[in-house]
Amino acid sequence: MDQLLQHLLNGLLLGSTYSLLGIGLTLVFGLMNVVNFAHGEFYTLGAYAVFAALALSAVNFFLAIPLAIVAGALIGALFERVLLHPLRGASIDTTMLVMIGLWIALQNGELLAWGGVAKSVPTPFSTTPLAWGPVSVSTLRIFVFVVSVLLIVGAHLLLTRTRLGRAMRATFQDRETAALMGVSIERIHTVTFAFGAGMAAAAGALLGPVFLLYPSMGDLAAQKAFSVVILGGLGNFVGAAIGGLLLGVAEELGAGYVSSGYRDAVGFVIIVLMLLVRPSGLFARAERVG
Amino acid sequence: MSALASPGDTPLEVRDLAMRFGGVAALGGVTFAVRPGAVTSLIGPNGAGKTTAFNIITGFQAPSAGQVAYGGRAITGWRPCRIAALGLVRTFQKTSVFPALSVLDNVLTGLHLRGATGVAAALLRRRRVADEERRLHAEALSVLEFVGLAARRDALAADLSYGEQRLVELAVGLAAKPRLLLLDEPASGMTPAEKASTAALVRRICDSGVTVLLVEHDMRMVMGISDRVLVLNYGRLIADGTPAEVQRDPDVIRAYLGTGHAAA
Amino acid sequence: MRRETIAGAVAIAAAASAPLWVWNPYHLHTLIMAGIFAVLALSLNLLLGYTGQLSLGHAAFFGIGAYATALLSVKLEWSPWIGMLAAMVLPGLAGWGIGRLALKLRGAYFVLLTISFAGVVSLVSVNWMDLTNGPLGIPGVPALAIALPGLPELSLRTKGAFYYLVLVAVVAAYVLCRRLIASRVGRALVALRENETLAESVGIDGTLYLVLAAVISAAMAGAAGGLYAHYTRFVSPEVFLFTYTVTMVIMVVAGGKGTLAGPVLGAVLFTVLPEVLRAATSWQWQMLLYGVLLIATLFFMPRGIVPTLVERAARR
Repeated sequence: MDQLLQHLLNGLLLGSTYSLLGIGLTLVFGLMNVVNFAHGEFYTLGAYAVFAALALSAVNFFLAIPLAIVAGALIGALFERVLLHPLRGASIDTTMLVMIGLWIALQNGELLAWGGVAKSVPTPFSTTPLAWGPVSVSTLRIFVFVVSVLLIVGAHLLLTRTRLGRAMRATFQDRETAALMGVSIERIHTVTFAFGAGMAAAAGALLGPVFLLYPSMGDLAAQKAFSVVILGGLGNFVGAAIGGLLLGVAEELGAGYVSSGYRDAVGFVIIVLMLLVRPSGLFARAERVG
Repeated sequence: MSALASPGDTPLEVRDLAMRFGGVAALGGVTFAVRPGAVTSLIGPNGAGKTTAFNIITGFQAPSAGQVAYGGRAITGWRPCRIAALGLVRTFQKTSVFPALSVLDNVLTGLHLRGATGVAAALLRRRRVADEERRLHAEALSVLEFVGLAARRDALAADLSYGEQRLVELAVGLAAKPRLLLLDEPASGMTPAEKASTAALVRRICDSGVTVLLVEHDMRMVMGISDRVLVLNYGRLIADGTPAEVQRDPDVIRAYLGTGHAAA
Repeated sequence: MRRETIAGAVAIAAAASAPLWVWNPYHLHTLIMAGIFAVLALSLNLLLGYTGQLSLGHAAFFGIGAYATALLSVKLEWSPWIGMLAAMVLPGLAGWGIGRLALKLRGAYFVLLTISFAGVVSLVSVNWMDLTNGPLGIPGVPALAIALPGLPELSLRTKGAFYYLVLVAVVAAYVLCRRLIASRVGRALVALRENETLAESVGIDGTLYLVLAAVISAAMAGAAGGLYAHYTRFVSPEVFLFTYTVTMVIMVVAGGKGTLAGPVLGAVLFTVLPEVLRAATSWQWQMLLYGVLLIATLFFMPRGIVPTLVERAARR
């Protein structure tokens, strides 16, 4: 029973970052109709940004994280303008392939810049875990969880309470009418993509210190992001938030009770099962056809 | 084009067909039969449920309730490709062609059910494949001549004008050798001249032995070429008769007055 | 027309006589790898170029084929030719599974399904030590040999001999694709890509043809995997590396998807190119270049090299 609680707790803590990843991807998918296969690379960017800030410029840890998020968002905005904006009329297949190209280029760029040797990020937290009765948890992971939750809540507020958020939601629901009402679709696209990249970078900045950094770390992150998106339904913010937690818990339970080697298979299996049974997501309402 | 169905068949029967989304009933229990060898039109104000009925009849949507039967066989919920193999072919409201293919290749693709080559034959029986290709080629050309597009056979479908693309769509549907052809707004977006030739083409199709069920908004065309008219309003059948009868029907006039359509 | 047939004849003559005038065994090795990749590219092209669905898990079929023949010929000591047969049948079954699972899934969902499938297969190859030896791999895969009754056994161990085997495989793959595409089957596949709804309305069963394309495509990729296993004589989980899938995608997209010459050209180009670059740069730069090249191709030559060249020639 204690073990179960521990797994659940670990799963929730980890899952909160999966929620970040998923929210970023689902908004880009839902609003821009772009399959962002480069999503994982912004995760990697966020992690390495924190590393660079700390190891190379001795910036404060608590400052490095927001810096990494901003860096991720800005680079995302840049690539949106350069790559996606000119391809606005192209088919979803073309944009998908372009994102795959970006994925390959960025990952190997990281490999060249940082080398293949894994790096670790020093944190100001003590390594002794806190004990709460039957469970124990490291301070770092609590920090990660808290920041993730704050970011998710902040993002939700941005979407529901600000003009920008309203414009984004309007574009998601009915692009033509939104344009007629004066929303600049191009600006919304850039902002949305930057938002997605920023969320991924946030997840990377937070998880980097928990695990190790290596150039292909984004691949698994991307796959988990896709799992979360499929669990929650395309474009569904709350679905992605909950989906992330579900995935985190499922992974922890799988690793604990089945086998740790197949831990990452949980995400893949979820994707396959969801695609077979309910591709529209756990939380989507049945949609009208035609 | 040879005559196919004998007028003695009873092709299409629709019974208590209903389609509900959430609280809205797109179709609320519709029953009608389509007589073979004639042109029947399905009309009604926008949102009356006409395209929904088409989608259900041809298998693109499953109904909430009701049955569809063709030639006595229940086909409710069958897959579209299986329904097409029975002889029920439809066209679409929005122009639907194979854009990167030539007009000829479009029609050749429509002739799919007229061929028999599978993977094994394609790989091993070259002579048989060549013979079949020759035969299909000839059939494609005759379909193109029937609709009047033979001269444009090598043009890419995406490069054609709107009217020509709709003709390609019609040709593709005819290539599947339907017994019952369902046309979804074949004249929409056309100039009066194009509409007139489309109307003439529909009559020629019917004369060649194909039953036609069509959805159309252009009243002049509908009343001009139809042998029978069915009127839907708010998902219910409100009239079923000859064009003259329907034009006089008070329920029909009432249904249309609000939308500004005048009986032609 | 005349110019193309001459060019084609020259290319075929050059290819057929290559072992005679390619002195450097390493260059011959490169050509062999180009041939294996040509079969892979043609297989991916069947799905991507004709049905329009992108499989990002094709390395999985390649790997399953390699492992199938390696396991049968090493652990069970069966004839390598039976291994080669298994290298086509097993991935073919997997392709059937994917096609059946996919049902109505198209576009990005299909891609995700293939990525997930490949991910699981890759994890199994690393973790199921009893079956696959895990990361250690399976060494000592026997070479193929042709043993006809009454004649001495002809070993295909040398590069020259294996080159001819691969050449035969490439020609067989090309002819197979060509015959499929030029028939009613090919038209049905293309109809899936162009307008699946319209295809269904004239009687084309989308699921059937997607499964068909998936099975044939997977079997071809598996055959390439089998050839790879009997050539390098060693199989490890590295066959499932995403780099193989990426390379295949580049070959097809840059070469020209939806054509037959395109993937073959792409395969030769992107096998020879890295060898040229190898002297100058590391493989990380090469992969980086691939990413940039993929993007550049989609921007400037979206249909690929072969169709663009054909178009330019036609315009003159």
